[in-house]
Amino acid sequence: MYFDLTDEQQAIKATARDFLAARYKSARIRELADSENGFEQSDWEEMAELGWPGLALPEQWGGQGLGIVELGVLFEEMGYALAPSPLFSNTIAGLALALCGSDEQRERFLRPLATGQLRGTPALWDAGSPATPGGSTMEAREDGDGIVLDGEKVLVMDAATADFFLVATSDGRRHLVEREDSGVTVTPEASIDLTRRLSSIRFEGVKVAAANSLPGDGADYYAVFFRLCVALAAESTGIAQRTMEMAIEYAKDRQQFGRPIGAYQAVSHRCAQMLLETENARSAVYGAAWAADAEPESLPLAASMAKAYASDAGWRVPDASIQVHGGIGFTWEHDLHFFLKRGKANAAMFGDAKWHRDRVADAVLVEAAEPVSV
Amino acid sequence: MDLTLSPSEQQFRDEVRDWIEANHPGPEPEAGLEEVMAFRREWQLKMHAAGWAGISWPKEYGGRGATMIEQAIFVGEASRLEAPSPANVLGLAMGGPVVIAHGTDAQKQRYLEPILTGEEIWCQGFSEPESGSDLASLKTKAVKDGDEWVVTGQKVWTTFAQYAKWCMLVARTDPDAPKHKGLTYFLMDMEQDGVEAKPLVQITGEGEFNEVFMNEARIPEANVIGEVGDGWSVAITTLMNERAGLAFGAIAQVANNLKRLGALAAETRVNGGTAAEDPVYRQRIAQLHIEAETMRLNAYRGLTKTMQSGIPGPEGSLGKWQWADINQRIAELALDIEGAYAPLARGAEHAAAGGAWQYSFLRSRANSIEGGTTDILKNIIAERVLGLPRMR
Repeated sequence: MYFDLTDEQQAIKATARDFLAARYKSARIRELADSENGFEQSDWEEMAELGWPGLALPEQWGGQGLGIVELGVLFEEMGYALAPSPLFSNTIAGLALALCGSDEQRERFLRPLATGQLRGTPALWDAGSPATPGGSTMEAREDGDGIVLDGEKVLVMDAATADFFLVATSDGRRHLVEREDSGVTVTPEASIDLTRRLSSIRFEGVKVAAANSLPGDGADYYAVFFRLCVALAAESTGIAQRTMEMAIEYAKDRQQFGRPIGAYQAVSHRCAQMLLETENARSAVYGAAWAADAEPESLPLAASMAKAYASDAGWRVPDASIQVHGGIGFTWEHDLHFFLKRGKANAAMFGDAKWHRDRVADAVLVEAAEPVSV
Repeated sequence: MDLTLSPSEQQFRDEVRDWIEANHPGPEPEAGLEEVMAFRREWQLKMHAAGWAGISWPKEYGGRGATMIEQAIFVGEASRLEAPSPANVLGLAMGGPVVIAHGTDAQKQRYLEPILTGEEIWCQGFSEPESGSDLASLKTKAVKDGDEWVVTGQKVWTTFAQYAKWCMLVARTDPDAPKHKGLTYFLMDMEQDGVEAKPLVQITGEGEFNEVFMNEARIPEANVIGEVGDGWSVAITTLMNERAGLAFGAIAQVANNLKRLGALAAETRVNGGTAAEDPVYRQRIAQLHIEAETMRLNAYRGLTKTMQSGIPGPEGSLGKWQWADINQRIAELALDIEGAYAPLARGAEHAAAGGAWQYSFLRSRANSIEGGTTDILKNIIAERVLGLPRMR
């Protein structure tokens, strides 16, 4: 029993903290928020040098071969720094290829992805659908040797700058489609979260050769899904941690009625609540990350618990931080709104808190049918 | 990071589990505190005979010298299997550790063994009617008279005072010293004319706690624990011991309550289905499971940290706050699920689940008060974990 980061994991955390803090100061985040692509290619190349695109991918395919705990450590820091980066979407594509791709597909797509030379992103949700797992409606229409895709995918992260997409179809499969393929049109969408780009993609008679359809089917992708939930929950935990720190610093500093506002219990108890939610989120994330690496049979429940809890904490803590800051917290000039928006967007993606709680209810209410011991 | 038990820890868990399962005397008697105490005395004797009483105490004092993780495993298993509480729970969790930490050799010789056997029950005289959260403001005074101290004042919330031989009493021995400095920690014999315990009937209708009145009660000089004037720091050790021991028992208790809640939801009809199918109840049940899991994981993180640093940190306050909140919400949800039947209590023919949840609902009101109110815990977290300025 040892529930803490190891020295190696602490080292990853420290490297990430320093690297990201040096690059993503407020002015830089604002600059990138206003830019077309939302991130800088040179930053990406530096992250690739650190091995981040392939952090949790097998060494056999050019990755670092580390686990989901390490991935969680990294993404907590991405959230803490509010780093605008396609690293998350690219990580999902990498995990999908690693867990569900063929060797030939891994050679062509995963190996360059793991080293940062190619970027991929999942295109899962159909326009007008609830955008939750398991409900794809886009048909994989047989056509000679391969298939043809028609329809529209929405909420695709970093689509305008990705090299390829993993497109979900109603049969539960995923298909590799390159952004430059004929019949593909990417349209950027406005999002409240200015640090992550979302687009819709139209597919008009897009041909996919048989070699570009992944051999995995629907159920196989749950292994990818639960791992990405842990990474995203970790990111939201980092957002909570950072905005809690901002609130505490402000509460120590800001004077009203002749004393620091943190001396008032209305404020200090709100800060204590932030700590509770942040630590709970972190424990849930670490627990689920550990399960992914060491006890995969308990991952589905642990990941849904983590994503549900961190979804709430990831926007409620920044929200509470805005309240502690008062008027200044509501201004564009202050950075808090960027965190609130990223936290709220994270909460909505890949199953919101309600969706995941419903899965938790399924799991625990089956267990409840068993008698209590003694 | 490793959330599994090591082979030796697993072996310890199995040993604990096997022993409790083989010796479990069944549920406690429902009627009468006397019967409950007799039942618990017998259980403690069994525990002591097998070496499970005072497992955290060093071996030289009759304990087991268990590591922190072993203590957590023991408390967790006992709670999970709903083993009875030992009769002398305060003596084992607080009295013994305080005597071991601050007592003289003679005191160790005199007091420890009867705590382990349950022959002498201990109670705690800290809180007073006008000194709750602000414990250091307490007014009960002790005045030196020859080689005795003479004590006058009132204590409250004294669990099992009516059965206790010894009271861990904190009294003011120097009215002129600053409030934290003028206190002394005594062991007071409850069996004397100057001490009177009156049960305090609580909102459940039970008399679990007492008021204790001291009118020139006498305490020999030899019964001071630590130094005269050093009572505050001795008392703080006791409170830390109380809190550190509770977490893993509380976690297992919450897990059992959640199972019962699930069973209640599965058998309760609402809107043409069961409560376990109702989308709103499902959300609330799931949220409680999630928070209970975060509490469990927080406790393991805390344990890892404590094993490295040696002392429990102020972060333990988070767990106590969270436990109170979750435990209360479980009972509240159970009553919501029972719907119109919620008023029916123990003894009512049509009470759901035998009226158990009505008792839990009422008893759990105290969870956010006893052992440190949630409001005070938030102050501790704000000041000692987050470093916010003190409000005073």
